[in-house]
Amino acid sequence: MEKVAIIGIGMTKQERRKKAETFADMVFEAVTKALEDADMTTKDIDNIVTGCNDFWDGRTISSMAVGDASGAWDKNISCVEGDGTFVAFYGMTRILSHSYGTTLVTAHSKGSESVSSLITNAMFDPIYTRPLGLDGITSAALQARRYMDKYGITEEQCAMVSVKNHRNAKNNPYSQLPMDLSLKDVLNSRMLADPIKLLDASPITDGACAVILANEKTAKRFTKHPVWIKGVGFCADAYHLGDRDLAECKSLEKAAQTAYKMAGITNPFKEIDVAEIYDAFSYQELMWSEGLGFCDKGGGGKLVEKGETEMKGSIPLNPSGGCLSAHAVIAAGLIRIAEATLQVRGGAGKRQIPGSKTALAHGVNGPCGQSHCVWILGGEDG
Amino acid sequence: MAKRVAVVGTGQTYHKSKRIDVNGVELIYEAVTQALEDAELTRDDIDLVIIGNMDHFEGINYVDMWSIDGSGGLMKPTIKLTTGGTTGSTLAIAGYQMVASGLFDKALVIGWEKNSESDTTAAINTAFDPIWDRLTFAGAIGGLAVEASAYMNDYGITERDAARVVVRDRKNAYHNPYAHLRKEVTIEEVLSSPMLCDPIKLLDMCPRSDGACAVIFASEDVAEKITEIPVWIWGTANRHLYTYINDVNFHGLQSLKNASKELYQKCGIREPLKEIDVIELYQPYSFGGLMWLESMGLCKDGEAPRLVWDGVTDMDGELPVNPSGGVIATNPIGATGLIRCAEVAMQIMDKAGEHQVPDVKIAVSTGFGGCMWSDILLYGKEKPK
Repeated sequence: MEKVAIIGIGMTKQERRKKAETFADMVFEAVTKALEDADMTTKDIDNIVTGCNDFWDGRTISSMAVGDASGAWDKNISCVEGDGTFVAFYGMTRILSHSYGTTLVTAHSKGSESVSSLITNAMFDPIYTRPLGLDGITSAALQARRYMDKYGITEEQCAMVSVKNHRNAKNNPYSQLPMDLSLKDVLNSRMLADPIKLLDASPITDGACAVILANEKTAKRFTKHPVWIKGVGFCADAYHLGDRDLAECKSLEKAAQTAYKMAGITNPFKEIDVAEIYDAFSYQELMWSEGLGFCDKGGGGKLVEKGETEMKGSIPLNPSGGCLSAHAVIAAGLIRIAEATLQVRGGAGKRQIPGSKTALAHGVNGPCGQSHCVWILGGEDG
Repeated sequence: MAKRVAVVGTGQTYHKSKRIDVNGVELIYEAVTQALEDAELTRDDIDLVIIGNMDHFEGINYVDMWSIDGSGGLMKPTIKLTTGGTTGSTLAIAGYQMVASGLFDKALVIGWEKNSESDTTAAINTAFDPIWDRLTFAGAIGGLAVEASAYMNDYGITERDAARVVVRDRKNAYHNPYAHLRKEVTIEEVLSSPMLCDPIKLLDMCPRSDGACAVIFASEDVAEKITEIPVWIWGTANRHLYTYINDVNFHGLQSLKNASKELYQKCGIREPLKEIDVIELYQPYSFGGLMWLESMGLCKDGEAPRLVWDGVTDMDGELPVNPSGGVIATNPIGATGLIRCAEVAMQIMDKAGEHQVPDVKIAVSTGFGGCMWSDILLYGKEKPK
């Protein structure tokens, strides 16, 4: 693969309700920050890929709302409907294909203007499973139960993820829920769908993110410290929950293997310095750790227990606070990429993992982690 | 290194107002199976699935996930794109770029829509800004009526001129076994059909159809092994200029003008009317079949009616437009732009049967939608340099 770099990132503060801002306002803020970060103007951008979802936005052709805000006037623009990691993937191929030199990728959503249970219920088959009331939370509860049952994962181990990530969020000025929690706080929080309790679940969030990708020549013109895309892969599993063993994440394993192979990574636990992974629910950080090969199958619980995923552990997960602390759907994966970029640059402020050379970012589409996208980012010698 | 890319197989369903014989996933499967058979490939050969539609027409969120059983995307990279009416052409552009990236050898690109499962106009209305535009200027037909009125006023174009476009396309559709409306119409029938939104009458306007289309894109490393006549993508361009109503002046389709200009420059086309052998135009209504030819630089502004009346765009003319019958005959919205791609590929491959134009070497397909948005692709029988 030819070299493609991330040369600018920008994000809004993630909040429960942005009363004053429209989708376009949020995207404009993120884009403006990304352009400043890259020391560019819109004139330097030659194409745009937006990440929008018609259901979350309550608009058909949802990309129409953010064209102007992305500086897309009279430029080639497209729209991926899915998590930001997938949006950025297409943005990257537009450069690798030599169609363009610099792609601006945006993603946004406003959970505050949505009814997430109805919107996630609409993921399910309208005849067979939608009437059962399955939605993002209840389907995740089925998966959590199956995972805990198969591998003996405990509610306490899941709660540890929540405690850690909300604590990490205290170091992230963009996060929504920085909190000092005890295990008891999580375990005693309101039950949403057994075994998922309120503090095992990610919040409703408004936010946007923008990332600028560039080919080698442009990257070197605008920055001395580009962050290079070392490897990337994505893969989708079966749709019907009954067609999968929900305790396994085969598609994540395959996506990760693709990305690792491209990046020349053979031992992810050792070679990856920090990872931002899509923890929409606390159990997912454990499960995805296994799928990403940070530990053996069923070993996710032990990994968090031993403190390996803490800021000072061997494989710090979600120093930003993760989705558990701020979950602007669609934007969330792009925010993972932006956070991983900051880590490789050494520019993550108080949430910096010292000496991070190789970082992983991860995003999810579909119910119970049906589809995954994995990114490996590195510095010049990373 | 970037790869050259070709279309190596196409498939489409038959189209109707209501395909009650299949659900959405089965409809997708029908097109996918046809495309795989056309390219003599199996599901195992596919490296990437790209799919698109417009969510609010079926009410399914995360369609790329829901459709896995029909798309064949199981344990493969699967991604969804959507840009409204332009979805199908957006998908084709993505198919080209993602294969050209060198990361995938063969991409299966799918556009589909089951319009019968929704209220199409109600769904389209939600595209427009909820505060400023939705209450006053929304929906598919109103904006086109404004464009048509301005065009008539600017150049003295008549409703009869537009009707001639419908007669041509419906005649062509009669020869296309996959078309939805296969009955020929006369100019008088078009002019006397019920008024929808002045000056657009029922027969000036596309139908809404249930249907799907699948196109297989392959890199230069494998394309020639898959098919005798790969259809090479020479270039793509697009413009999505409308966010609010005031972004658009309705005199000429600016997005198509700018995108065409960029595309011709990329591909070295100097005299499009002479150099292009066939066009599949995303033409949802008759007046677009005049004005947009001008926006594409095929003739001067106001001169398209002469071109059409002279038969230049007929099947036996210098530049046949919509040999398939076009959108006026068949319109499964998320698939419509991709059917344009499939149809020009069939023309270059010499597989278009009764609606074949002889000896096609260079072809163009377009996409229209969003609101006054345009996508455009240029294809050649020869491998690009």
